[in-house]
Amino acid sequence: MATPTLTPTDLGTRISTLAEAAPEKHRRGLWRSRTTSVLRHTVVIIACLLMIYPLLWMLGSSFKPTEEIFRDLSIVPRHWDFSNYSTGWNSLTYQFGKYMLNSAAIVMGCLLGNLVSCSMAAYAFARLQFRGRRIWFAVMLVTIMLPIHVIIVPRYVMFQHLGWVNTFLPLIVPSLLATDAFFIFLMVQFFRGIPMELEEAARLDGCGHARIFLQVMLPLSVPALATTAIFTFIWTWNDFFSQLVFLTSDDVKSAPLALRMFLDSSSGSSWGPMFAMSVVTIIPIFLIFLFGQKYLVRGIATTGIK
Amino acid sequence: MSAITELRSMKRKRGTPATKTSTNLRRSDGKAAAVFLAPWFLGLVTVTLFPLVASLYLSFTKYDLLSSPQWVGFQNFVDLFHDERIWQSLKVTMLYVVTSVPLQLGVALLVAVLLNQGMKGLAFYRSVIYLPSLMGGSVAIAILWREIFGEEGLLNKFLALFGIHGTGWVSNPDTALWTIVLLHVWTFGSPMIIFLAGLRQIPDMYYEASQLDGASRWRQFRSITLPLLSPIIFFNLVMQVITAFQAFTQAYVVSGGTGGPSDSTLFYTLYLYQEGFSNLHMGYASAMAWVLVLIILALTGLNFWLSKFWVFYGD
Repeated sequence: MATPTLTPTDLGTRISTLAEAAPEKHRRGLWRSRTTSVLRHTVVIIACLLMIYPLLWMLGSSFKPTEEIFRDLSIVPRHWDFSNYSTGWNSLTYQFGKYMLNSAAIVMGCLLGNLVSCSMAAYAFARLQFRGRRIWFAVMLVTIMLPIHVIIVPRYVMFQHLGWVNTFLPLIVPSLLATDAFFIFLMVQFFRGIPMELEEAARLDGCGHARIFLQVMLPLSVPALATTAIFTFIWTWNDFFSQLVFLTSDDVKSAPLALRMFLDSSSGSSWGPMFAMSVVTIIPIFLIFLFGQKYLVRGIATTGIK
Repeated sequence: MSAITELRSMKRKRGTPATKTSTNLRRSDGKAAAVFLAPWFLGLVTVTLFPLVASLYLSFTKYDLLSSPQWVGFQNFVDLFHDERIWQSLKVTMLYVVTSVPLQLGVALLVAVLLNQGMKGLAFYRSVIYLPSLMGGSVAIAILWREIFGEEGLLNKFLALFGIHGTGWVSNPDTALWTIVLLHVWTFGSPMIIFLAGLRQIPDMYYEASQLDGASRWRQFRSITLPLLSPIIFFNLVMQVITAFQAFTQAYVVSGGTGGPSDSTLFYTLYLYQEGFSNLHMGYASAMAWVLVLIILALTGLNFWLSKFWVFYGD
């Protein structure tokens, strides 16, 4: 609709007509908004169902006997079969729990690394004056965007010489050395928002940087630390590429690698156990999703995580 | 807000002294900074910069991990140029990037706008829609995808209800890539949350004023929502293009590590992995990695250049 330019008198009449029309229009608007609202909710609910249908189907299938899985679309099993879980748990070289524990060990190492070393680096970038700060900060930002593929080959060679291949070290040590620069950036952003007065007060009381960092900044940064922890957990747990490269012998394989072995071994008859173990590997992510909601949403919204 | 805006503003502010923080109390910062930055700096040198330089060197060599690297000059890059599978993998990856990224962001924007009309239960819907993006990158979901789009899979069972006989979507070279594109679109929840946060920043009065002027919904979307959201859309576009170009897990699992059927899901990184770690052509893989970096740089540059025409910065 084109908008004519308004002269002052025009504006006056227009306002009065708008005022007159208002109650009627309001009523109509209310009715209309109610139908559109119902319509909108319906659309969104259908969309949501469609979104999580595959997940529910996987969950349902993990309780179905294998021959029932592809028979129909239903989510609820006709015959409940819990044996998929025990079969899947025991069908690889080691019990599936071992692979889960391997994954957990890697995640714990990365968590420790990212929380400690990234927050330390972030404190320096956010609060300390030192020579070349801007340049190093820019370097740090650029490393966020560096593809892992361009360093993975020499890293592999290097770690092989150190005898670290088929241990968790190649996956954990980079985190201990704050290589996930994304989290440094996240915490720099957060630290900048903390009022400077708090630290200055602490400094006047004789606190050094160590105490300011540990007793002022970190306690105030729980939301940023929680976001870091949650995303470290999810990304490390889901990581596949670097684990595929560095973990090749059976006893150190992580849960995603073990899960993939089902595809190699499956002759088409072990779908049930495979789905069961898929569900098992997803449970930790789902728990994080349930209990970390607040930090997840806030973390994404404020930092624009991918 | 983002790493990119940060770099932009750093560039703009160059030259002005960084004395915003009170410097009168600071003397011993240099020493403290050395301590706080020590782990990061050590990591930067040993596991980032050194491998970066080493991979540049390796890209000019023949190296199979067993014997020491042999200098071959530009041979790897010449071979690369004549390697049909490289071109195939570039084609597949580009196709994936130019379809999955805009589709995912488009759906995310659409749903964000739909949800942003003051709906009740927003938090609930948002969570449900967001759930897939937490799991989308995992092997479990890639396996699930294989079974949904298999010959006997869920989708074909669904199509059979309408009497349609579907193909094996994953085993058909014409459709295999699209199942992976769909998987990426399915994870539109995280950009949607970013868009929702951005939408909330737009003052209501813009909409009210335009409503008085008789602007239609569509007009409001085009003239208010899109321009004000464009920096956020742009940031997401840049980051998604970078990550989509490195997509690996889904293609690896769906194709069983081969990039098949007939190389139709041979993503660039998948081919790189095969060359480097299955065939132990580490020099060649390094050359591929550097080409990848150059392509990503070029695409990012292109994105920035294009942004002049559609991204609106209010400042």
